[in-house]
Amino acid sequence: MRAALILLAALAAAPFLGFGEGYSLTLLARVMILAMAAVSLWLLVGGGGMVSLGHAALLGIGAYAVVVLDDARITDAAVVVPVAMGAAGLFALVTGAVAIRTSGVQFIMITLAFGQMAFFTASSLAAYGGDDGYTLYGRTTVLGQRWLEDRLAFHYLCLGLLALTLFGGHVLLGSRFGRVLRAARENPLRAEAVGFRPYPYQLVAYSIAGAVAGLTGVLLANAAEFVAPSYLAWQRSGDLLFMVILGGLGSLQGAVLGAVAFVLLEEWLGHITEHWRLIFGPLLVLSVLFMKGGLVGMLRRG
Amino acid sequence: MAEPLLAVAGLRKRFGGLAVTDDVTFSVAEGGIHAVIGPNGAGKTTLIHQLSGTLRPDAGSIRFGGRELVGMGLARRARLGLARSFQITSVLAGFSALENAALAVQARSGPSFRFFRAAAAERALNDQAMTALEQVGLGARAGVLAGRLSHGEKRQLELAIALAMQPRLLLLDEPLAGAGPEETERLIGILLGLKGTYTILLVEHDMQAVFALADRISVLVYGRVIATDGPEAIRADPAVRAAYLGEDEAA
Ligand SMILES: Nc1ncnc2c1ncn2[C@@H]1O[C@H](COP(=O)(O)OP(=O)(O)OP(=O)(O)O)[C@@H](O)[C@H]1O
Ligand SMILES: [Mg+2]
Repeated sequence: MRAALILLAALAAAPFLGFGEGYSLTLLARVMILAMAAVSLWLLVGGGGMVSLGHAALLGIGAYAVVVLDDARITDAAVVVPVAMGAAGLFALVTGAVAIRTSGVQFIMITLAFGQMAFFTASSLAAYGGDDGYTLYGRTTVLGQRWLEDRLAFHYLCLGLLALTLFGGHVLLGSRFGRVLRAARENPLRAEAVGFRPYPYQLVAYSIAGAVAGLTGVLLANAAEFVAPSYLAWQRSGDLLFMVILGGLGSLQGAVLGAVAFVLLEEWLGHITEHWRLIFGPLLVLSVLFMKGGLVGMLRRG
Repeated sequence: MAEPLLAVAGLRKRFGGLAVTDDVTFSVAEGGIHAVIGPNGAGKTTLIHQLSGTLRPDAGSIRFGGRELVGMGLARRARLGLARSFQITSVLAGFSALENAALAVQARSGPSFRFFRAAAAERALNDQAMTALEQVGLGARAGVLAGRLSHGEKRQLELAIALAMQPRLLLLDEPLAGAGPEETERLIGILLGLKGTYTILLVEHDMQAVFALADRISVLVYGRVIATDGPEAIRADPAVRAAYLGEDEAA
């Protein structure tokens, strides 16, 4: 966990080390929010062996919960957060109940299909701007206070929730539940032979990851004060999956490293050239080819 | 007469045109080692699959401790006290030897939908897992990742996991498979040590081991049980000699 802790400390200090102006804080918020999303996805991929290509939909559902409530002038976190987490968790529970009966490529395809379903649904929500998206009246309030409008407060909220997610994931994976989940990923037959049917464990993990993604979606909506169907698009799921793999499946902190590396690389290349995508793509390919175990694996080898 | 621990009756399984389990009937009494022997491809592993629940028979019944098992999955049977080891080693390579066994202890030690407390810190699980490892002589290797163990040690771990389940019946599919002469010696010693404490259904190729260990032997040939008897009687049975032992000596 050391590398992730160093990163969290750096993020905590960043506003006082010359990254305190609007542009930097926006970028850092994006880093932390995507890292949180990547951690929840890591629980599925690295923890449970469930390679989902529909994770962005869960974030999007959390973000659209903010939209729907915002449209009804309900903005307090006491309502928004449980609704967003509940909606995304429930979507994960229902779609997971079907998807987890499959495995391998079929699982990837089914999660992709459910994700696209959510995407098209969001696109058709004319009341909330359809394809054009929806601009929030304001950020989520906490106990009626408009704290989140303060950029620094929002920065530390994102950081706090990221740390909490990382810690929570760590505890979860080490628990009895997590042990069964990890065993089922490594060797489902072995897990069954000692008496554990993987299905209920995987489904609960899927729902937990969904709820965490929903919470992340709340942050995502607040960061931009805007939500669009593109948040749910499969390309976003692909990016998240890539962060997880880039970071490495050997340890949960890989998700944070992967997300940070992904966003900063994207940002940096974007500054150098407008054709950055031409470089970014091959770089991703090379990193998968030559970095066995991802960034975590590289750090371990020293 | 008390009902036997395991009673298999009229079990049948076909793969296409091939009858791999052909009207198999036998029973295993509580205590002792009951061996199933038979030439390659006789259907021994297929039989174990049906007993443990990884393969559904076409017909027949499997009663265990008075309950019908057919239709029940592998995990459910395991929780009822039926532990199996695999002919091809199947351990959790990324878990330590201790954690492999602790998972099996955990399966019979209360609910596993517990999300907060560190499982690796549960003394009760670790202590019992350690006992199982020591029973097979792996105590000193408890902290080693299962994937890093030697082949023979993996076979021992496979056994320790089954023991950690505290089963009523152990189904062992060729526990000596692929073990060298020294490892075989050691594994036979371990199995002898388990005899009396556990009821074991042992599928094994190694004749020497079978005759050293078993109280009763069933001989399976082309999916049929051609004889079930004590070791001496089996050794003397002309049909068995013709079908199996003779062939083995000729080879
Ligand atoms: N899934 C399957 N589909 C088709 N045929 C199979 C299948 N599994 C096993 N068989 C065939 O059934 C027969 C019995 O196989 P089984 O593995 O049960 O034998 P065995 O007695 O365990 O042999 P060995 O001593 O080599 O372990 C073999 O002829 C095998 O090829
Ligand atoms: Mg076999």
